[in-house]
Amino acid sequence: MKILVCIKQVPDMESKFKIAGDATWYDSGDLAWRMNEYDEYAVEQAVQLKSQVGDADLTVLCIGPQRVQETMKKALAMGCDRGVHIADDEPFKKDPFEIASIIAEFATDKKFDMIFTGMQSQDRGSAQVGILVAELLNIPSISTVVDFAFADGKVSAKRELEGGIKALVSCATPALVTCQLGMNTPRYPTLPNIMKAKRKELLSFPAADLLKVEGKQETAKVYFPEKKGGGLVLEGAAGDLADQLIQILKEKTAVLA
Amino acid sequence: MKALLVAEYRDGQLLASSYELVAFAQELGADSAMFLVGSDSALPQYDGTLHLADSGKYSEFNPAVHKQLLLDVIAKEQPEMVVFSHSSYGWDLAPRISLALGAAHASEVVEIVDGVPVVPVCNAKLRRQISAKTDQIVVTLQSGAFGLSSDPVGTPTVEKIDTDTAAQVEFGGYEEAEAGGVDLSKAEVIVSAGRGIGKPENLTIIEDLARALKGEYGASRPVVDSEWVDHSRQVGSTGQTVSPKLYVACGISGAIQHLAGMKKSEYVIAINTDKDAPIGEVADVLVVADLKEFVPALTAKLTA
Ligand SMILES: Cc1cc2nc3c(=O)[nH]c(=O)nc-3n(C[C@H](O)[C@H](O)[C@H](O)COP(=O)(O)OP(=O)(O)OC[C@H]3O[C@@H](n4cnc5c(N)ncnc54)[C@H](O)[C@@H]3O)c2cc1C
Ligand SMILES: Nc1ncnc2c1ncn2[C@@H]1O[C@H](COP(=O)(O)O)[C@@H](O)[C@H]1O
Repeated sequence: MKILVCIKQVPDMESKFKIAGDATWYDSGDLAWRMNEYDEYAVEQAVQLKSQVGDADLTVLCIGPQRVQETMKKALAMGCDRGVHIADDEPFKKDPFEIASIIAEFATDKKFDMIFTGMQSQDRGSAQVGILVAELLNIPSISTVVDFAFADGKVSAKRELEGGIKALVSCATPALVTCQLGMNTPRYPTLPNIMKAKRKELLSFPAADLLKVEGKQETAKVYFPEKKGGGLVLEGAAGDLADQLIQILKEKTAVLA
Repeated sequence: MKALLVAEYRDGQLLASSYELVAFAQELGADSAMFLVGSDSALPQYDGTLHLADSGKYSEFNPAVHKQLLLDVIAKEQPEMVVFSHSSYGWDLAPRISLALGAAHASEVVEIVDGVPVVPVCNAKLRRQISAKTDQIVVTLQSGAFGLSSDPVGTPTVEKIDTDTAAQVEFGGYEEAEAGGVDLSKAEVIVSAGRGIGKPENLTIIEDLARALKGEYGASRPVVDSEWVDHSRQVGSTGQTVSPKLYVACGISGAIQHLAGMKKSEYVIAINTDKDAPIGEVADVLVVADLKEFVPALTAKLTA
């Protein structure tokens, strides 16, 4: 069985963001980078599927600058067999259709039986790339999956809907699923597996080799939202803050009555 | 301008969120028509053309078939904009449509500024304006970002639609969210734990504060996904919707899906080390502090 998992490298969301010079993205300096949270579930599910079927080959793919190789090494240490790094210094300038087209162009003659992506990326959050890849490859896709099973060439999945209701959906492979938070428990790479990952194949080639389409949209501007809330911000020592807050609770709410 | 609104239907009911699409079209001053895979027995209150396919025949979840039904209507109506909710139905179907149309696609639109859609970036810490290079555009609307100011009225002119496209996936029905556990919807005070609690052992300081305030404790999704807290205590779009007199968010960043569950709270206090956390937008008071120090200090003073 051939499996592909697509991951994205994103900044830690607790970072202090700055706007980049041309105001079309955030400044990439001084940020801590990690694997998109949703993609950790995708990698884990792909690794579990590989161990379930035994005879499987698992590729992890990522489009981005040189630094994404660090995140790819984590996926290799989690159990992916090989990495495909599609080098692009400014992937944020490509729209979801272009990103998906690059992935689909790579995958088109490789005959992957299963493709996993995250449901969305934490920075751009378009929730488009996975489904677009499947549509471009003309294979079925199931999005927002919290439960995945594979048997007899068939995928049985639970999609999560609003309110926590689940829809039971199945389809034949080849297929693509987009992974939602809580789908499984992503493993921590062990030290021996981190060492082993260093020796795994990690191919790298330029995105331009695979890009054959033009984008449909571009970012006009990125900016900080206006602070509408205007709530009170308290800073200081914990004990003093507690006194202040109790005073506020007494004045503004009835809960301490 | 003309907008085609993709309404939603679940378990035999029209979803009320469909009216957010109507509100959006009104705000834009756009002419509209509506598309629905649903049934005659639960029609939207809407003055306009409703292109209606039978969910009994085409199922409530059937992307390839719903896609074809919708593309046929788009070909007929020629809308400049196709509008979905940013929901499990909308974010699944919308990319299939934008790709087929070769159209630009903006996800989770929160407002339109000078005709340009605005979407959140990085957990809503930033905003982004997206300009389309195509004549047609597909948008999905953030839940709750648009709303009618009064009750919906009207009777649609129904046009039945059909297709013989083959399905790619099989829909096997719904599984209800686990019942039982606590009902947070009636709690007057809720103290919620977010990922900022760091480890499950720290849950006790949240429970202690909840007890001191004579309330219940809740949690954000990562805390539930890590199985530190039962799902019945999850607050948010895939958990419970609550409206307590006081909501205390401890170590919760304020993602839109969490806010969806608690923004009707009367008074909100957030405790967060990050002064820029989006929870600050809805909090009446943001205490910038490490919850591991601040919460026990507060509990001690409340119980002294
Ligand atoms: C379709 C869908 C449905 C979803 N449904 C839900 C839902 O129902 N409910 C829900 O909650 N989420 C839901 N989510 C997930 C949501 O998008 C966020 O990922 C989640 O709410 C984040 O939880 P959090 O704020 O606890 O964690 P994070 O976003 O990781 O935030 C942790 C916060 O803790 C702060 N912090 C860290 N350390 C400390 C400290 N020592 N003291 C004080 N503060 C600290 C940080 O500054 C940060 O702001 C859903 C997502 C999707 C895509
Ligand atoms: N640059 C990228 N490289 C590889 N995969 C990506 C990239 N961007 C997005 N993806 C995949 O597409 C999913 C959805 O991303 P998005 O459409 O940006 O929300 C992510 O969870 C990844 O699995």
